[in-house]
Amino acid sequence: MSANDLRVAIVGAGPAGLYAAGHLLHQHDVTVNIDLIDRLPTPFGLVRAGVAPDHPEKKLVIDRLFDFYLDHPRVRFFGNVELGTDITHEDLDARYDAVIYAVGASDDVSLGIPGEDLPGSHSARDFVGWYNGHPDFRDLRFDLSGKRAVIIGNGNVALDVARILTLGPRNLSQTEIADHALAALTRSAIEEVIILGRRGPEHAAFNNPEIEEFADLEGIDVEVEGVDFDGLSEQPVWNVRRKLKTLKQLAEAPSGLQEKRIILRFMTAPVAISGGAKVAGLKTITKTASGEQANTIETGLVLRCVGYRGAAVLGLPFDDARCTIPNEHGRVIDPNAASSGVYVTGWIKRGPKGVIGTNKKCALETVHCLLEDAKAGRLERSAPEIEGLEALLKQRKSDWVATDDWRRIDMAERTNGADQERPRVKISSWNELLQMATS
Amino acid sequence: MAFVIAAPCVADYSCLEVCPVDCISPGPHSAEFDSAEQLYIDPAACINCGACVEACPVSAIYKKELLPEKWAHYAGVNAEYFEQARDAATNKEPA
Repeated sequence: MSANDLRVAIVGAGPAGLYAAGHLLHQHDVTVNIDLIDRLPTPFGLVRAGVAPDHPEKKLVIDRLFDFYLDHPRVRFFGNVELGTDITHEDLDARYDAVIYAVGASDDVSLGIPGEDLPGSHSARDFVGWYNGHPDFRDLRFDLSGKRAVIIGNGNVALDVARILTLGPRNLSQTEIADHALAALTRSAIEEVIILGRRGPEHAAFNNPEIEEFADLEGIDVEVEGVDFDGLSEQPVWNVRRKLKTLKQLAEAPSGLQEKRIILRFMTAPVAISGGAKVAGLKTITKTASGEQANTIETGLVLRCVGYRGAAVLGLPFDDARCTIPNEHGRVIDPNAASSGVYVTGWIKRGPKGVIGTNKKCALETVHCLLEDAKAGRLERSAPEIEGLEALLKQRKSDWVATDDWRRIDMAERTNGADQERPRVKISSWNELLQMATS
Repeated sequence: MAFVIAAPCVADYSCLEVCPVDCISPGPHSAEFDSAEQLYIDPAACINCGACVEACPVSAIYKKELLPEKWAHYAGVNAEYFEQARDAATNKEPA
């Protein structure tokens, strides 16, 4: 290794971390060696565990881009390694010239309404993790025995959840949805999903491609409630006009023809979740032209899709109001420490917004800062006499998952998938993942 | 004839980096990029070279006449994005 080489640790192997790795690998005047650390035995973060299984096109970003970074000879993967438990920020700080945190947003926004913690009320994170085979969520149980589910919030995650609840086994069985979720959804009695939005359709949180897809859902009626299209003022933003046009088309399409339906209900705020031992209903207030109208929706399943938020990382500063690590263009600002060479990218840097590619630009800004600091001699270089991460993990976490180990998991999933004409059959328990990794 | 960006777009902008005529928007230097839902190809400027098709990591780009049925309306969406941007720019100019 020449004096010009850099050793960089990236914590988090999701899109933010992988785009950062990609930008570092693309440098011509400096050779960067990268260790990519993830809490899970599997890489790719929310592309694997967030993107809905009926959107396989978006997951192509793994095969067509992220795999090249992961398999690059200057990149090593350390999966099943948890920061704070197995290693600390100090361990990384001492061993690398720079550390980039790309840890995402691991907390949920809560509603702050009574009954939120009753059985039958869940966060989107739980449900999405469950149907996507995230090992932390596979043992959860969702009560799908009722006819109706209610989703609070109308962002893209809410639309994903509504589709997965209604598409049925015919549409889902050829996807990479977790087997336990497919089995449960096959037995599901749910016929109606209501998606609640607090404000009007001009403020809907979903994106256009996602809502436009609702016009073509097989076997599902989509209804729009709480919108006076004629009363809406002319919208100055084209994106919003595009959404309203779609909603109007959905509202005007014939309904009552299909077995299942999704209702997009606007101007409706959740007030309380009612029930004794478990959820029995959701009290709401709908704003109408003539005032406020209270209603109780009978349901046994309430899913809160009102947003994610970042969580603090041990050893690093945290902005409690914004739920991000305070930073300037990706350089972590720590008033209490003189430590240099600490960076952030992705949702922990800018908050949980944007699409997969938003992270590419975000990571480029961070990587530029890092390289600028390296050139200016502002990085505290790692001490060469300290044992490397591998030696440290041999003592502390001998079952870490390396790239080759992950490839064994990957290959097993793809092989099983090919047998069933699915992209993959996910392995979703910690035990099985770690067994396959070491097989 | 032109290429069209359809629903799978994740705003990765690899397409824009290889486009020889800079006909894809919004780019990462635009203020609009951070809230962009997808990127769009200007049918009036596209020279139909197809470089973007290979570059796209999610295979979101199609020849207009080969768009899958469910994404057929994206030809209009791509064109409309540039029309409204041009209209907005015209309206901003002092009379």
